[in-house]
Amino acid sequence: MKKITLKLFRYNPETDTKPHYDTYKLEVEPTDRVLDLLERIKGYEDGTLSFRRSCAHGVCGSCAMRVNGENKLACKTLMQDLSGNKVVVEPILGLPVKKDLIVDMEPFFINYKSVMPYFINNGSQPEKEHIQSIEEQERFDDTAKCILCGACTTSCPSFWSNDEYVGPAAIVNAHRFIFDSRDQGAAERLQILNDQFGVYRCRTIFNCTVACPREIEITKAIGEVKKAIASGNLE
Amino acid sequence: MKTHQFEVVVIGAGGAGLMAGLYASKSASTAVISKLYPARSHTGAAQGGIGAALGNLEEDRPEWHTYDTVKGSDYLADQDAVEFMCKEAPGIVYELEHMGLPFSRTDEGKIAQRFFGGHTNNDTTKPVKRTCYAADRTGHMILQTLYQQSIKNDVQFYDEFQVLDIIKTDEGIAGVVALEIATGEMHVFHAKSIIMATGGWGRVWEITSNAFAYTGDGVAITLRHGIPAQDMEFFQFHPTGIYKMGILITEGVRGEGGILLNGKGERFMEKEGNAPNVKELASRDVVSRAMYQEMKQGNGVDGERYLYLDVTPETVNKYAALDGRTRPDGTPYRVTGEEILGKLPDIIDFCETYLGVNPVTDPMPVQPTAHYGMGGIPTDNYGRVVVDKDRKEIMPGLYAVGENGCVSVHGSNRLGSNSLLDLVVFGKYSGIEAANHAKKTEYIPLPENPTAYAEQQLEDLRNANGDERLSEIGREMKEVMFEHVGVFRVEEGMQEALEKIKELKVRFKNIKIDDKGKLFNMDLLNAWELSNLLDIAEVTTAAALNRKESRGGHARNDYQERDDENWMKHTLAWLEEDGVRLDYKDVVFTKFEPKKRVY
Repeated sequence: MKKITLKLFRYNPETDTKPHYDTYKLEVEPTDRVLDLLERIKGYEDGTLSFRRSCAHGVCGSCAMRVNGENKLACKTLMQDLSGNKVVVEPILGLPVKKDLIVDMEPFFINYKSVMPYFINNGSQPEKEHIQSIEEQERFDDTAKCILCGACTTSCPSFWSNDEYVGPAAIVNAHRFIFDSRDQGAAERLQILNDQFGVYRCRTIFNCTVACPREIEITKAIGEVKKAIASGNLE
Repeated sequence: MKTHQFEVVVIGAGGAGLMAGLYASKSASTAVISKLYPARSHTGAAQGGIGAALGNLEEDRPEWHTYDTVKGSDYLADQDAVEFMCKEAPGIVYELEHMGLPFSRTDEGKIAQRFFGGHTNNDTTKPVKRTCYAADRTGHMILQTLYQQSIKNDVQFYDEFQVLDIIKTDEGIAGVVALEIATGEMHVFHAKSIIMATGGWGRVWEITSNAFAYTGDGVAITLRHGIPAQDMEFFQFHPTGIYKMGILITEGVRGEGGILLNGKGERFMEKEGNAPNVKELASRDVVSRAMYQEMKQGNGVDGERYLYLDVTPETVNKYAALDGRTRPDGTPYRVTGEEILGKLPDIIDFCETYLGVNPVTDPMPVQPTAHYGMGGIPTDNYGRVVVDKDRKEIMPGLYAVGENGCVSVHGSNRLGSNSLLDLVVFGKYSGIEAANHAKKTEYIPLPENPTAYAEQQLEDLRNANGDERLSEIGREMKEVMFEHVGVFRVEEGMQEALEKIKELKVRFKNIKIDDKGKLFNMDLLNAWELSNLLDIAEVTTAAALNRKESRGGHARNDYQERDDENWMKHTLAWLEEDGVRLDYKDVVFTKFEPKKRVY
């Protein structure tokens, strides 16, 4: 058990003219998740506190937030992972705040949908499965892990400065199909990402890679897409 | 209030809802409404795989899958439905692959398959590799793939809309009432067919693998409309949840050779009375009970209420040698740390994050965790809701599928890797059937004030100004249900639980909602969800109390044997003014005579 101060970003457009912070003193276990703290505040102190959450173990992508200034999933960040006795929780940046820790995810999903994030194979389908080697499957295994939490895109300075940039999450999801040996839509996706709001907005700052709760090597994936556009092949 | 019109409305965007939406939208105007963004649905938390007798690594047959499922169900599943599902399984797995699902691969480039509990070669009775997987994130891949294909096919979504009610007039099903969470505005969806795909209700219990969203909305809504819930007493406790947190550790760990050990370092699954033949690969109810008994006998680790799940290469290889386990080519089964890492990357990540334990070098502390509802809204093979005990009365235009439906293919205990299969098979056929129904019928006129009931429900909650906290009522419900309507049950305990739930329902009327606003009022919606959980807890407990036998997921210390003579029947439960009314319906048999279940 240790005592901490929890500082929460609060904003309710129905009652507040501008955001403010509320501060709580709590006793916490090293294994408490930030999400557990939020649940305690909501459950026992202030039911108006609003945030998204569902799976509580890092696979659904609902609870991306800024914890002590870094993008994290609240359910995957434990007290023992944080130094000091002060925890500051704020909404992710670059998307409009709707209420407390909830942001408008629509712009994020619009960007995601713009890169044709779906399997395209218009040829005749085999009777059973497509044959794909272990090596071919591993080519896009990392990017297929994405849970669309938005932690990467909303940590990216290029996205903050211009939200028309599709952002790392969209590129990750394009990568997942571009490098799938069974897919036939790579050329079209590469063309989309060759746009002025595509991959070249990436300045290789690596914030996305650090922010990803699934440990996807995002900057590397973006690099592979850049290379494919430049070279015109997927090798 | 806004009104929309769609021929088919699907409620829920997990595996079942998305599959239903994809199929319905091929021929009918379709909307998929979900309280979460589709990618957040709990299907994404499924890990180990989807069962189908592809035979990619060794001989397998849909008939064996059928028998194993019936046996796993402790003979309560309807055999015609199981036969249908298992026969459809290989085709639907290929269909998912054709949609781009990135399965793990065999050396030959085929879909990889692994062992899972209760799946056997019926000739040798040895475990068979039937579960098709994408590492330990198969559910994630299914959810993503179906969502991606829905985007490709322009399926119309209403994300973060909480469905509060279905509209049912004297003429029949007319639509759905939903709250737009962002604005607090009510929406009416005028529809010809409604598909309920709202998932499970594992949040009734204290230790659970289930998401916060799993509050049984679909079952609670239909109960309030006088539609019965079937087999609710059968709730599965997965053997391996992370100690205290309940987070799922896939059965795939045992499929890859992981061993369960008690505090004395004994492999207790091989004890007589547990599962001396298939040991850790017995079905989930059997393993959870064995674990519970071990802990009760003081054999937990350090006297605590947990045991070890050990998948370190030393342990796997030691027991694989003792079991004489071989690879398909006949060579001895041996694993390396790297192979474990490659097959179970998410499990390793969870254990490192939440326990500070690396499963490649150390055992994982586990305990049984509430996981899956075998029961739900009674349906036929096409998702059509069947409201009577004689299976004659169908409610036209109403469908239920996935965890909130009960076909019944899982009977009293579901086999691992059959839930993902259930979602896609019955999702597909209910989508097709709902669209067909819509094409053959006209819209039933909406009643004068279709949102009246839902509005009243919310207003009552919003205006509640008592002194009870939701969190406290929820906590007490979860505690009493885990204690008394959990892995083992007895009359007195269940009686106590039922009284407690009734008390909590009274206290619920005296809650206080802090948030009086319209926008993203999660406080209000959480209260509504808790009212659903309380209804489901009551129905579950009443059904369990009345079933005086032990079968599958319902194990009683006071009635320890299965009693086919009196209890080979499905429960139907109606929630009425003065409590729960119960009745029973026959089980469908085709070829398999009930036998004592031995693993």
